[in-house]
Amino acid sequence: MITGERKPISEIKEMIAPYRKVLVVGCGSCVAECAAGGEKEVGLLSSALRMDAKAAGQEREVREMTLDRQCVYEFIDQLTDVVGQYDIVLSLACGAGVQAVAEVFPNINIVPALNTTFLGETKEAGLWLENCRGCGDCKLGFFAAVCPITRCAKGLFNGPCGGSRTDCCEVDSEVPCAWQLIVSRLEATGRLDLLRKVHPPADWSKQQGRGPRKIIREDQRT
Amino acid sequence: MITESRLKKVLQKGHFAVTAECGPPKGADPEVVKSKGKILREHADSINVTDNQTGVVRLSSLAACALLKAEGLDPVLQMVVRDRNRIALQSDVLGASALGIRNILCLSGDHQCFGNQPQAKGVFDIDSVQLIQTVRRMRDAGEVIGGEKLSSSPDMFIGAVANPFADPFRYRAARLATKVEAGAEFIQTQCIFNLKRFREWMSLVKELGMADKVYILGGITPLKSVRMAEYMAKNVAGMDIPRELIDRMKAVPAKEQKQEGIKIAVETTQALKEMAGVHGVHIMAIEWEDAVPQIVEEAKLFPRPQV
Repeated sequence: MITGERKPISEIKEMIAPYRKVLVVGCGSCVAECAAGGEKEVGLLSSALRMDAKAAGQEREVREMTLDRQCVYEFIDQLTDVVGQYDIVLSLACGAGVQAVAEVFPNINIVPALNTTFLGETKEAGLWLENCRGCGDCKLGFFAAVCPITRCAKGLFNGPCGGSRTDCCEVDSEVPCAWQLIVSRLEATGRLDLLRKVHPPADWSKQQGRGPRKIIREDQRT
Repeated sequence: MITESRLKKVLQKGHFAVTAECGPPKGADPEVVKSKGKILREHADSINVTDNQTGVVRLSSLAACALLKAEGLDPVLQMVVRDRNRIALQSDVLGASALGIRNILCLSGDHQCFGNQPQAKGVFDIDSVQLIQTVRRMRDAGEVIGGEKLSSSPDMFIGAVANPFADPFRYRAARLATKVEAGAEFIQTQCIFNLKRFREWMSLVKELGMADKVYILGGITPLKSVRMAEYMAKNVAGMDIPRELIDRMKAVPAKEQKQEGIKIAVETTQALKEMAGVHGVHIMAIEWEDAVPQIVEEAKLFPRPQV
């Protein structure tokens, strides 16, 4: 999933300060799962903004809406009759959602309430971990399903750096060394020979070679 | 002007090599580099110049190597993959060769979060093993990554680093083998304080048949004080300083600790000299280059061979 964290309330308040009518739009997918931009968070943020306006003696209308997905046109369409009535849209979607809404309604003023952070997993309640960089050239099969690009602080393809100690990364003693994980998993499953391969330089053009990437699937377009 | 790597010649002729580390200044004064070179010139065969070590901005390794080369020394260009992508790295290899620099040490580099630019983007376009392989192909096949031919090849004696003390321990010797397979011709190790563990690592290296395929130079760092020993043991990644060694430094009055540190360095050097498969030492006297001549002389490695 794509994870996000809500921006500090002060930053959000500053962005919406000049506007009276605010539409707060959440997203029911990834950012709901990571408790940052779903229906519940939309409600909490909206209440905070209303209370804040009241305390400051300002008049402010805050409406709440949460789409199932803010990155897919069929759902964005639910905003068609609504957005025109507001001065600003405060989106609690990831960066993809914010931009998708702006593509559909290019004349609206839309600002992000979240900082989009990473592709990751829900490890346990309240703990999310980054484990994929979307490099476009997945090599997890060589690395016992531990991504060295994402989980090694130096993104090393050919073994650990000299800094790992007691199985932890030199950068953060709370984070396990990705290469320690790779080596022990491969060892446990009798696949250590995979490490004898020297991996050539990665093809980053699959990630950022020509600006934004796109996927075209002709079979899906008919 | 035909230049050759002195380090390579010393090792090929079977001498026990001595290299020493020179850290460039956090400034633009060439005299700092030259004066460090002067201290080391009679006592080391070749001088390593660190590449913005610990992620701190310093005078560039390439420029400092060129300054040392102009003084008649044999520099080892340390090159980390943290700050430059493959275009810049390969370009600097060509530039270094054109300046007469004949040794390169390929490393990942300390993570940028440890230095004075913690908000920097870490490049890590290629890793240290891929850099070794790249330099080897540039030299031997005359081609850059992707296979395009160079108009002339760089001439480099290619080195890599090994840390016998980091985890996962059993994999560390295999990692050395990977680097040798990728093209490394010499290895400089992390500072050795734990000789027992170093011996274990060397026997694994021998088991893998690597001892005859690469020149191994053991890392030596003289301890300045108990405080430094304790600090390094606790805070420097990949460092293994046994308790006994710290206690030994502690048993000595503060003003004699420097000499005790040198004594330990000399003893370690002598032990390495006797160890099969070890071809030299790499002395990293951090901001204490003055210590190098004494260590080399007391370890009976002076004068250095003329090659």
